[in-house]
Amino acid sequence: MMNTQTKTDSLNLGRIVLAHGGGGQLTDELIQNLILPRLGNSTLDPLDDAAILNGNLAMTIDSYVVEPWKFPGGDIGRLAVCGTVNDLAVSGAKPLGIALSLILTEGFGRVDLQTVLDSIQTAAGEAGIDIVTGDTKVVSGEGLYITTAGVGLIDPNRKLGVTNVKPGDKILINGPIGEHGLTVMLAREMPEVQSVLKTDAAPLNHLIEKLMAAVPGVCFMRDATRSGLAGVATDLAKDSGLHVVLDEAGIPVDSAVQHAADMLGLDPLEVANEGKVVVVVRPDAADAALAQMREHPLGQQASIVGEVTGQADGICELATLIGGRRIVQKPYGEQLPRIC
Amino acid sequence: MAEHLKQAQIWLERLRTAAAKLDKPAVFMEVCGTHTMSAFRCGLHSLTPDNVKLLSGPGCPVCVTAQSDIDQMIALTQERDAIICTYGDMLRVPGKHGSLEKARSQGANVQVIYSTLDAVKLAAKTPDRQVVLAAVGFETTAPATAAAVKQAKALGLTNFSAMTSHKLVIPAMLGLLAGASGGASGGGGAKIDGFLCPGHVSVIIGSDAYQPILDQYNMPCVISGFEDWQMTRGLARLTEQIGKEKACLVNDYPQVVTPAGNTHAWALLTEVFETATVRWRGMGEIPDSGLILQDAYADYCAMRKFNLTPMPDRELGQCLCGQVITGNVTPAECELFGTACTPINPIGPCMVSAEGTCQAWFKYKRPPGTTPGTTPGTTPLTHDKVEVSA
Repeated sequence: MMNTQTKTDSLNLGRIVLAHGGGGQLTDELIQNLILPRLGNSTLDPLDDAAILNGNLAMTIDSYVVEPWKFPGGDIGRLAVCGTVNDLAVSGAKPLGIALSLILTEGFGRVDLQTVLDSIQTAAGEAGIDIVTGDTKVVSGEGLYITTAGVGLIDPNRKLGVTNVKPGDKILINGPIGEHGLTVMLAREMPEVQSVLKTDAAPLNHLIEKLMAAVPGVCFMRDATRSGLAGVATDLAKDSGLHVVLDEAGIPVDSAVQHAADMLGLDPLEVANEGKVVVVVRPDAADAALAQMREHPLGQQASIVGEVTGQADGICELATLIGGRRIVQKPYGEQLPRIC
Repeated sequence: MAEHLKQAQIWLERLRTAAAKLDKPAVFMEVCGTHTMSAFRCGLHSLTPDNVKLLSGPGCPVCVTAQSDIDQMIALTQERDAIICTYGDMLRVPGKHGSLEKARSQGANVQVIYSTLDAVKLAAKTPDRQVVLAAVGFETTAPATAAAVKQAKALGLTNFSAMTSHKLVIPAMLGLLAGASGGASGGGGAKIDGFLCPGHVSVIIGSDAYQPILDQYNMPCVISGFEDWQMTRGLARLTEQIGKEKACLVNDYPQVVTPAGNTHAWALLTEVFETATVRWRGMGEIPDSGLILQDAYADYCAMRKFNLTPMPDRELGQCLCGQVITGNVTPAECELFGTACTPINPIGPCMVSAEGTCQAWFKYKRPPGTTPGTTPGTTPLTHDKVEVSA
């Protein structure tokens, strides 16, 4: 008996799966096939971290559904502020204000809510920004969800974006990768494991503003959140049409992160960060950018992690520690641990 | 330079020296998904001399699982009140009627676990639901299943059971070499000159377990760890054995691998399981190559609990996973690879599993946007054009 398995039987089925929200290839597929055809316009289509309105206004929005809502080094409140501030900052914008939407579930503790609100205020204080408007709803379910939107001001004379990237440009990151994702994974999946890991969630706007002011050669920035450094580097290659080579020897990875990643069968390159910015600079500005980033407390372990080369193939490669080469691809979606 | 990088350089040099002396190309096989991924992640294939090839064998637990077993696990989601606990890798493997992931999106209760004991805890917490542990894997994961079953029995749980498809590595390696297992799609394995033996599995089974491979086939075996320099050393030591009259077993992971293995784990396995002839993808039935629950634990066997009859085995149409895991073809030789079959729209398990050879090729070897396996000028296959025979 023959049975034809059609496209609708696979993941293009009429339903959303968790991996559609993973920020990987499957999220891209959903945006390209479902969202953009219906909602697309010239401001939305570039799918940058923030939309640019009126030439000088940046606007961004993000929802936070992290589980557990509290994890070593932070909680959903801190994340919600840092994520939105960072989306504005990497777009070259100075954040002006944040809108906060809380979706609480029936039974959520008042004390826990106070904790979340306090960490929202702490993170906003670090970023030097206020929560300026908000909304609160309650639904049945578990935990809480937060959406934050932010607006910021852009210097219209400062051009940032993937179209500015040229062969020879250097790629920098402000510190070790993989901390946030692995902290949450451990807290969720292996709460009994004792680890020194904590989230790196931090507002990067001060670091970025100082870098932008001191180094004119900065041409592209993106925060390495879901899909990690691999996600940013592969997008950079794909969107610029150029070849990106990451240098494994230059990529800072703490040993606690490496151990946790090995245990869960994950590659730190693909794991989410919440306080890391990938910066592309002109080759002659790389040393100055590195020095400037290292002056900031959030950039002390900044490092040059790769470069853009002239091959027009849109491919990202990793030069490995032992001198090998391999392709880097954007993760598919939900990160799955190994079973052997 | 860090010590391990020095080691990597030393062993790369030895590998190149040994390779230069070869009369004909040497082909080695790793039989562990972690080795497969580690080799790709560190770019080992790009560093080996042209005349030394490392193939991936039947080492990925999900990939070697017979399609009938996968179909059966997915069918379990239809049981009323059942909660299916699975390791993450099984989630997206396609079966006859979709995957566990698809079933979950349609409302089935499928939970990804990291420890089998979490499934037991869940059963204890939800006495009105039937919790089924879907467990695949080799000697490394089977003890965890055994521990869960034992604990469920000790707790007197009546709502816990396991759908197991545990496999043993040595019979598979012997089966590959014998080329006599006669599976529908693969039959024997590729012709190889040595095995890079899995460090993790060897911790359990011990280095002595490989002796039959040397005795019967005079086949070099090197037990290796997973670091880049360790795998380089393993390949060098295998290559250096080529042309020698008598093959050797080298335990290059002696920190954790003893001759007898982990006797505690074995005691657990022999208490709960017994060996049986089981089906493998691409290799058919291999005698004494699997573990099934003993009669004393029959109450914890999901097949018996839900009164299920074994499903017929089947091959996945044009999918060559069975041939890939026996080393007979490379993923790029499969017509579906990178066209109809991708990590987003996988057809065979080797593309789904994070330790699968096809996924490793797709992720680490195949430049995005290219479609190997297709002839220039022809239209590549798309997922909806692929027929999967039932």
